[in-house]
Amino acid sequence: MIESFFQYEFLQNAAITGILIGLIAPLLGVFIVVRRLSLIADALSHITLTGIAASLLLEKRVTAVQDWNPVYMGMVFSVAGAILIERLRKLYKHYEELAIPIILSGGIGLGVILISLADGFNTDLFSYLFGSVTAVDRASMWTVLSITVAVIVIVILFYKELFVLSFDEEHAATSGVNARWIHLLFIVMVALVIASSMQVVGILLVSALMTLPVAAALRLSKSFKQTIGLSIAFGETSVLVGLFSSYHLSVPPGGTIVMTAILLLIMTILYKKMSQQLWIKGEAS
Amino acid sequence: MNNYPIVEMDHVSFKYEKETVVQDVSLTIDQGQFLGLVGPNGSGKSTLIKLMLGLEKQTKGKIRLFGQPIKQFKDWKEIGFVSQKANSFNSGFPATVLEVVKAGLVSKIGTFKFFNKKHKEKALSALKTVGMEAYAHSNIGDLSGGQQQRVFIARALVSDPSLLILDEPTVGVDSKHVTEFYNLLGRLNKEEGITLLMVTHDIGTITDHATHVICMNKTVHFHGASEEYDEFNEQDLNRLYGHSVQQLTHNHDHHEVYHND
Repeated sequence: MIESFFQYEFLQNAAITGILIGLIAPLLGVFIVVRRLSLIADALSHITLTGIAASLLLEKRVTAVQDWNPVYMGMVFSVAGAILIERLRKLYKHYEELAIPIILSGGIGLGVILISLADGFNTDLFSYLFGSVTAVDRASMWTVLSITVAVIVIVILFYKELFVLSFDEEHAATSGVNARWIHLLFIVMVALVIASSMQVVGILLVSALMTLPVAAALRLSKSFKQTIGLSIAFGETSVLVGLFSSYHLSVPPGGTIVMTAILLLIMTILYKKMSQQLWIKGEAS
Repeated sequence: MNNYPIVEMDHVSFKYEKETVVQDVSLTIDQGQFLGLVGPNGSGKSTLIKLMLGLEKQTKGKIRLFGQPIKQFKDWKEIGFVSQKANSFNSGFPATVLEVVKAGLVSKIGTFKFFNKKHKEKALSALKTVGMEAYAHSNIGDLSGGQQQRVFIARALVSDPSLLILDEPTVGVDSKHVTEFYNLLGRLNKEEGITLLMVTHDIGTITDHATHVICMNKTVHFHGASEEYDEFNEQDLNRLYGHSVQQLTHNHDHHEVYHND
């Protein structure tokens, strides 16, 4: 892959995009997991699919949008879905989680209609569902780079507020943190990161890149900063190992990236178990 | 800060859906007081505190904090709050004690500014005040209930508040540590000059430590110095708790009320 990397532009695009999402997906994932919002990532990835389908349909029917990259429409739908989820969560104050199945099923329902109207499932769609090493073009690589920079700057600027809001919403309110505004900013970032990650990992597996590295990091870390650092390390490892094996085995990268993340998760669970047992033995003797 | 009372409530009422939870409460809290807020279950004590903190909005009346109408009040670092919920946070949250305490500085630091070394020292000194500095780098979930409570007090203290509000802070703290806990509060009140408002069920103990007592059941039935409360206590407690006294004596939460009479 190393030699081919310098030879083929598509590999450079996929690898660089992969490294970028391997950083931002677990970074936002930490906040998602500790706030118990893991399923929001799933809902947003499914509404992204609706955007892709809408774009594919428009491409067929309207000549003016021939050159559009479906990813951008995916981003628009994902952000719109994020804002809708927030509205629904406010509407169903006592059943906040209801917003997730509503958006998820609504996204799939509309998506399936649009896909059929656009002449059904083809290889293009397959790569959106499970990721692809060839689908990322240079322009969308630059888009993902800009999103990455924006996400990192925003997380650094609002780190305190995001932390307080994640740990204790009531305390955030009495600290004068504008919870609604920060939360909206956060969920819009999540929507953009999901749409960005989709090309490499695929819609069905994008939420895994946000949650599995965090799940592994939680087994090992004591502090919040350490959790972020380890999550990113696990995320990057999964993306790099996954992309490499995807290229050599000719299988979609979504599968190999997620399986690498699962493997890392199992290893951390076993490591933690073993070190606990050693510690108990040490205490006993 | 200034010469205004710390909290002023003027004919404040609050309705949740159709039920009146707080009715026509007028009170002032002056600097340097240690107030105990007592009353039966569901008497609106926690709601009264939420109103003071701006977490709920009163349906009637006016609230002023440090002389400012609550709507315009921005100086939240002046008020530290230890919630009842502090006992029920996500104990699997991956944060160290130090990270939790530093979070108490958010309102003081302000937007677009970062934590620095000075903030860390401040957090460590708040932990020292509550006797928890040895645990700074432990995971918050690994501590006992009483230790966590101390950490949350440190988080409330770290921004140097003038007023510290505590909602049933001794729930889940074993009785051995309760005395220690009251000594800590007494020290904060006398030595650091922090005004304290503490919601509690434990009427007997609070009158020994607090300078003033507010007794409420939707509306305020007594507000005065602790010594006067003892007299009120004998005459009027039955009236306050009403005809349900018989029933209440079987209620664990209120057993102590009658035990101490």
